[in-house]
Amino acid sequence: MTDADVNVRLAKVLADDLTPVRRLVPPGLRVLIWLAVVGVVACALATVSDVGTLIRRLTVVPEMWLAVTGSILTAVLAAIAAFQLSLPDRKASWALLPLPAVLLWIGASGVGCLRSWTGAETYAGPDVHSQNCLFFILGISLPLSLLLFVMLRRGFSLRPNLTAITGGLACASTAAALLNLFHPYDVAATDLAVHSLAVAIVISANTIFGGRILMSNKH
Amino acid sequence: MTDVSHYSVSDVTIESAYRGSRQVRALWPLLTAAMPGRVAMDAEASSQKEVDRVRAARMVAAQAGDRAAYEALLRDCIPFIKRVARGQGVRPELIDDVVQETLFTVHQARHTYDPNRSFTAWLRTITQRRAIDGLRRGGRTRTREIYAPLEYENHSDPDSDPEEAAIRLDNTEVLKSAIGRLSAGQREAVEHLALAYQSPEQAANITSRSAGSLRVDWHRALKSLRMQFGRKD
Repeated sequence: MTDADVNVRLAKVLADDLTPVRRLVPPGLRVLIWLAVVGVVACALATVSDVGTLIRRLTVVPEMWLAVTGSILTAVLAAIAAFQLSLPDRKASWALLPLPAVLLWIGASGVGCLRSWTGAETYAGPDVHSQNCLFFILGISLPLSLLLFVMLRRGFSLRPNLTAITGGLACASTAAALLNLFHPYDVAATDLAVHSLAVAIVISANTIFGGRILMSNKH
Repeated sequence: MTDVSHYSVSDVTIESAYRGSRQVRALWPLLTAAMPGRVAMDAEASSQKEVDRVRAARMVAAQAGDRAAYEALLRDCIPFIKRVARGQGVRPELIDDVVQETLFTVHQARHTYDPNRSFTAWLRTITQRRAIDGLRRGGRTRTREIYAPLEYENHSDPDSDPEEAAIRLDNTEVLKSAIGRLSAGQREAVEHLALAYQSPEQAANITSRSAGSLRVDWHRALKSLRMQFGRKD
């Protein structure tokens, strides 16, 4: 039997194996569903946080606005990129979508860190907050990641690791944005280091475990 | 102004020569519409659109469970996949591997196809990805394996070595236990095609299954055995 015959026979076998499928919901709608869940979590956290202090700090320190906006934009754009990459025909360049927002987020946080060094108009918060921040980012990222990967698994990514990295970035930046509800301070150097560590842990864990989840789907 | 980006060189030259003349410029769309080259290109684009429309309609039918439409679609895709794989630089002996991997992927990812988008573009991206996977796999194989017919012919017969025989017996036990962990269909395919040295047609007659189904189970069994022995490729 020639290879050409094998291809034709494979087409027949696959056709015999065919069952009706439910078409995947468009990626934009899936992003909105995930963001809606994030919105519910944010509203729930806002009821137990000191929103007044956050608003006062945001009005006094302009680059905090930029840092918060950067983290929220990163979350939204990374979620869009992850859902796009979960489809087999999308280009890898979707992974670059959140890059400008990441730069804004890192840049504004860095400026806040410099302000806390120079001591001008700054309040960096007590040291005990650093480890709480770590646990907060990890704790919030976990359920968001689980939900995200359950949703991403419905797709069929041909680049599971890249999808997992952008998904991890979406969860980590969401958690970092929500952290502002409880951490309305300029980030000191230790804070910045702890936040970066937490984000790195979330992205790495998502890449390892999320990548495997998506890869098992692939096989 | 008519978009001339897709015209042939001769079309562009003609356009440049007459660019100064207002009257000719006004007549340009009529002139180009009458050119045989332009007509051929328009006909080809229109034919490609029609092919894409038919493929998309078949895929939509396949999503709803229409097996005949799906088989026709997959058969129609095979030459296109081969062409794209060749364009990606896949070696001729690996083209059929790419075709089969792509057909499997289309089968597994069929729920992700959106009828509002081009089916041909969807298939091309999947094929290119599978071709890259094939090229990487081929590259890895070349780093591990060499073509050495003399060494192969001169290699001593392990049957004459009692130690080798003992090791082989041990390996046989390991292999038997690995085969025992396969699904019933895959085990059947391995037993008939590999252990009993039967052709797919002979095995199909004995098992009352189709030869294609046995072959698919055989490939899946090989993949599963590779995974069990810690090899991912």
